[in-house]
Amino acid sequence: MPSQFVYKALALSRLAVIAALACSHWAAAHAADAIKVGVALDISGPFATGGAEARDGINLAVKLLGNKLGGLPAEFIQVDTAGSPDQAKQAVDRLIQQSKISFFTGPTPSNVALAVGPALFAAKVPFITSNPGPSQYAGGQCNPYFFGLSYQNDTWDEAAGQHATDKGYKNAFIIAPNYPAGRDHLTGFKRRYKGEVVAEVYSKVGQLDYAAELAEMRASKPAAVYFFLPGAMGINFIKQFVASGLSKDTVLVTSPASADEDTIAAVGEPMLGLFSTSQWSHDLPAAANQKFVSEFRKTYNRYPTFYAAQAYDAIFAMDAAVRDVKGKVDDKPAVLKALKAANFESVRGPFKYGNNNFPVQDYYLRVIGKNAQGQITNKTLTTVLKGHSDAYHEQCRMK
Amino acid sequence: MTTILFIEQMLNGLGYGFMLFLLAAGLTLVFGIMDVMNLAHGSLFMAGAYVAAHVHGRTGSFVIGVLSALAVVLVLALVLEVFLVRRLYGREHLAQVLATFGVILVADDAVKLIWGAAPIMASAPALLSGPIELLPGLMYPSYRLLILAAGVLVAVGLYLLVNHTRVGMLVRAGASNRRMAEFMGVRVGQVFSMVFLLGATLAALAGALMGPLTAVQVGMGEEILIPSLVVLVIGGIGSVRGAFVAAMVVGMVDTIGRAFLPLLLRSFLSPTLVSDLAPAMAGLATYALMACVLAFKPAGLFPARG
Repeated sequence: MPSQFVYKALALSRLAVIAALACSHWAAAHAADAIKVGVALDISGPFATGGAEARDGINLAVKLLGNKLGGLPAEFIQVDTAGSPDQAKQAVDRLIQQSKISFFTGPTPSNVALAVGPALFAAKVPFITSNPGPSQYAGGQCNPYFFGLSYQNDTWDEAAGQHATDKGYKNAFIIAPNYPAGRDHLTGFKRRYKGEVVAEVYSKVGQLDYAAELAEMRASKPAAVYFFLPGAMGINFIKQFVASGLSKDTVLVTSPASADEDTIAAVGEPMLGLFSTSQWSHDLPAAANQKFVSEFRKTYNRYPTFYAAQAYDAIFAMDAAVRDVKGKVDDKPAVLKALKAANFESVRGPFKYGNNNFPVQDYYLRVIGKNAQGQITNKTLTTVLKGHSDAYHEQCRMK
Repeated sequence: MTTILFIEQMLNGLGYGFMLFLLAAGLTLVFGIMDVMNLAHGSLFMAGAYVAAHVHGRTGSFVIGVLSALAVVLVLALVLEVFLVRRLYGREHLAQVLATFGVILVADDAVKLIWGAAPIMASAPALLSGPIELLPGLMYPSYRLLILAAGVLVAVGLYLLVNHTRVGMLVRAGASNRRMAEFMGVRVGQVFSMVFLLGATLAALAGALMGPLTAVQVGMGEEILIPSLVVLVIGGIGSVRGAFVAAMVVGMVDTIGRAFLPLLLRSFLSPTLVSDLAPAMAGLATYALMACVLAFKPAGLFPARG
């Protein structure tokens, strides 16, 4: 296996050299023509699993569009942010100044979104999020150049809180990493959960050993545990939760960040019966979704996650906007208007933007079970929140 | 706070302490005997974790995974010793630190080349994925018990090796006064090579066992190297007994800071403030402990050199 990887790495590096040579010729000839799109994702670091999924979603969309946006040649420049807001800021500055990008998408975590936003807004580059929806950008710091295409952070958890209330769990232990999205997600849960919150715990970003927190859970005996722990954090949390025998008396509720196909692949059987709430699932009936899921499975031989679905949507949102403005991407007011019209078929089904450029959409309850082929995967059960807007849109001055 | 919670957290602290001990034991002997500062020790830990996770994933056998990690790291350590570390004897510490720091950079990039930058999620053996009821009401993950057991075994083994064998006597002689030992006809170089390989194997064992509890990723070696160096300093350089006591103390202090401090603070501060404050204070406690020990016993708790 390692030798295979080495070969792959060698092949890739050779490819990169050829591609770089080709690009330098090509760039000289076509620099003026190609629409440039900056893509910044976490390919390494604590959010790497989500970053890699988003990259696969973007690459699939680009392939289906034939490397074009709105029928015009486009160039997609991908950079790794490694989960570091500083590294992301430098990378985005380079994308703006050297590559002169017309659109931006990414990143994986909210703290990076908050770090790179101001530079993009100042340079008037539309920022179509592939995942994070920080409350800041939904409320007081909302900006016409930010499009919260995916979801606003709190909303997943508002749906989960509603589900926990409906189920009548009398008390809950809630936990998230200590960064902007973690705080948004727990705030969202508390907004809709009517039971008692026995403890609200913020762990370190990237923490992988939850022994101390699990001991606390055992001592406080909650009816439910709600956790927002994306990527490797959630994978370890679920494994350790089950290994410590807590699953017998306590129900786990979470967001798709720890209940999607990437986590299932890493954890397996212990995931069965886990509830989560999301605006998207791979079994939603929308035609665009059916196409996305089948193409994704054909290309990567696995089910996509919400990271991939949202990133795929972001590229199609750009495609529609470029088509609507007939390629005049420098006409910023027209581009913003076209983006806001969202004239494309989203994989989640129809949605529209609210005044703060965040979606007004439905949220579904899903459970992990075995499908007809015996694979462990998510199944959508019911709609928890219908036509739901985030809690911050009134604080946004945009109309 | 209940007794169950207290016992469970203490067990967690002991587990962490044993892992630190596995690393610090090798580090302290290498530094104590040969006066070589080996920062690449963390990279050997990482290599152990990667090889174990990889082989476990391929063969499905956890035991084969751990054994091959030990074997591969032994070979890597041999190469490292012959081509680099042996040439650093008697050089100043700055040269040693720079050279072994270089090894860290090379090792991290080599791992990225082979396994990619994304972390590998190693899993515990299926047999040990459930809990065991230690006391009524206290379920404890069986895999963590395995780590405790492994730590105790290694500690006892090292104690016997260092204090009750001829090799151990040479090791102690080398640690307490290298030049005198050489005058007395001890081939300190050979003893050192053996100790270096032993230390590397222990680091690999720690890496292989820690993998399923955390994640196997680039940079995991540096993360644990820093607390191991603290253990080394608190325990006294060159002393296995010191490393053991210091590792237990640091493990406990860390766990008390991580587990009980937030509980205490949360009763009167907001949860977000607690999560900013508690880890900082817990981290501080370890270094405050080190400062106190150094203030009263500048050579550490159990200095090997009298």
